[in-house]
Amino acid sequence: MIRLEKRPAPSRFWAGLTPVLAVLATMAAGAVLFAALGKDPVEAIRTIFWDPLFHESFAAYSRPQLMVKAGPLILIAIGLSLGFRAGIWNIGAEGQYIMGAICGAGAGLALYPSESFLLFPLMVAAGALGGWGWAMIPAVLKTRFGTNEILVSLMLVYVAENILASVSSGLLRNPEGMGFPGSRNLQQWAAAANPELIANTGMHWGVVTAFVAVIFAYVLLNRHMLGFQIRLTGQSPRAARFAGVDPARLILICLGLSGALAGAAGLFEVAGPAGQISIDFGSGYGFTAIIVAFLGRLHPVGILLAGLLMALTYIGGELAQLMLGLPSAAIQLFQGMLLFFLLAMDMSANYRVRIGKPEVA
Amino acid sequence: MDLSAINPVLLVASLMVAATPILLAAIGELVVEKSGVLNLGVEGMMITGAVCGFVVAVETGSPALGFVCAALGGAALALLFGLLTQYLMSNQVATGLGLTLFGLGLSALIGQSYVGIKAPATPRLEIPLLSDLPVLGRIVFSHDLMVYLSLALVAGVWMLLKYSRAGLILRAVGENHEAAHALGYKVIRIRLTAIAFGGACAGLGGAYLSLVRVPQWTEGMTAGAGWIALAIVVFASWRAWRVLLGAYLFGGITVLQLNLQAAGAAIPVEVLSMSPYLITILVLVVMSAGRARAALNAPASLGRVFHASN
Repeated sequence: MIRLEKRPAPSRFWAGLTPVLAVLATMAAGAVLFAALGKDPVEAIRTIFWDPLFHESFAAYSRPQLMVKAGPLILIAIGLSLGFRAGIWNIGAEGQYIMGAICGAGAGLALYPSESFLLFPLMVAAGALGGWGWAMIPAVLKTRFGTNEILVSLMLVYVAENILASVSSGLLRNPEGMGFPGSRNLQQWAAAANPELIANTGMHWGVVTAFVAVIFAYVLLNRHMLGFQIRLTGQSPRAARFAGVDPARLILICLGLSGALAGAAGLFEVAGPAGQISIDFGSGYGFTAIIVAFLGRLHPVGILLAGLLMALTYIGGELAQLMLGLPSAAIQLFQGMLLFFLLAMDMSANYRVRIGKPEVA
Repeated sequence: MDLSAINPVLLVASLMVAATPILLAAIGELVVEKSGVLNLGVEGMMITGAVCGFVVAVETGSPALGFVCAALGGAALALLFGLLTQYLMSNQVATGLGLTLFGLGLSALIGQSYVGIKAPATPRLEIPLLSDLPVLGRIVFSHDLMVYLSLALVAGVWMLLKYSRAGLILRAVGENHEAAHALGYKVIRIRLTAIAFGGACAGLGGAYLSLVRVPQWTEGMTAGAGWIALAIVVFASWRAWRVLLGAYLFGGITVLQLNLQAAGAAIPVEVLSMSPYLITILVLVVMSAGRARAALNAPASLGRVFHASN
């Protein structure tokens, strides 16, 4: 007889191994999927995972893209992971990302055509503040009224998308854009642009901030009292309360931090790769970051690696779309599968498989 | 603005149509949550149902077959969630989110060659005499069968939970799974049944969107309806009749804002289209503010992992 026995503590060995196994399992399942779509599975997998980095003609373009895509994913996921660890579920990072971009770009555009070197820092602050403010709505409603933060933060994504549509054709519309929706292009305005810092690396201020956030989160979780409180609350909310942790304060901090990081990510995106506020600015980074956070085991270093991997699937997916005519939705499905396999394999970290009859207690 | 262009009879009739997808998904989720499982993947199951129903209806020309396949598709996706959370004991919140992402991707993939096609019409019920009644005939007696089915489902779930032995067992599992297990009930099997039922309902709701309400297939067409369904279960404090009330309230808001847009109200379109979401938040706040009352009704084992130690 096969049965499962709960481990006294999660196995570190399995916790480290499962993401790798999950990626392999996803590749295998993906190969079956691609074969079913009538594509050569080996070629599809190679196009997604290998060609963006090593193909002789595409790699020069797609390698920098890796940083461009991974930056916002890592930045958002780091913020989310703090809350997830404490059992605070901010699902609306996409909305905070959009609001951060709107507030940051709006603050910059209000001062057009300033050439002050303080403009960009001001925009970053406004972006982070915008994301923070948007995340404070579910946070305050939860602490004041006990409202479910999952539902509220998610509803606010749809609200943010409507605001985005409104400002890109109204308030922030480029006055010299001949009536087309969309703001001025920030990339063409040196003081507000978020340029590539080192040519052909894709490194911009957002990526730098993401790396700093990884280090900051690592120190916070391992060396700081607040990090200890976050981990304790996640493992046992009751024990945390006895230890003097104020749950309301933790909710405000975790949601606020994740909102601010998502907002900053939005600003870096709008001032850099995206260039302008437009109706289709929201690109789903806020949702993919949830997968990144889990894939990285809610651990800062893990998130760094997971963000790079997820960025790879984005670029590889685009490449596969171009080269093999693979539908763009296939890559979304691929990412969903990855999360599923990971969650399924989590069991091996928390439980042990025993074969034989249970012992009599 | 010309408010006289809004016909109150048509408004109520289209309110019922607008509310039906949310109602179907919410009544399914109610049963799931009553069994102690929190499935946040309603949106994913709905959109999978929407695409399954649409594809089958277009290919066979039969909307009825489309609805059946939508229910099956939704249930299949739900069972994937069941497998992960019940047998592999994964975190229900994370798995539910994963299910939504997975469902959105899967549906976009299946439906990519069906964009822009019109669905075969679902016939409206025409009852001789009754359908011709003024006002009442249009509101009560001339909908398609799914509207009546959704109402019957609410009544059925209410009776099942309140009066039947099966409902009692379901609630016992949701309130205290360890006690239910000790009494010899198969906790996991009962929960899987509830999860599959919830998935089938969400699938039906999704298909109602793609086959009747819109009726077309577009990527991500559920646009948060699944999440609103989840909010309605909280709003209803886990009671079947209140789910009906909640769904019709939200259907009413949706229809009213669409009518106001059409009538050229002075309010910006964006404000109108975000209003259902804002009102959802408002209702959630009002419901959870009386925390003691709402919490009393929440199934005690909601979202907790069950592992039979022996």
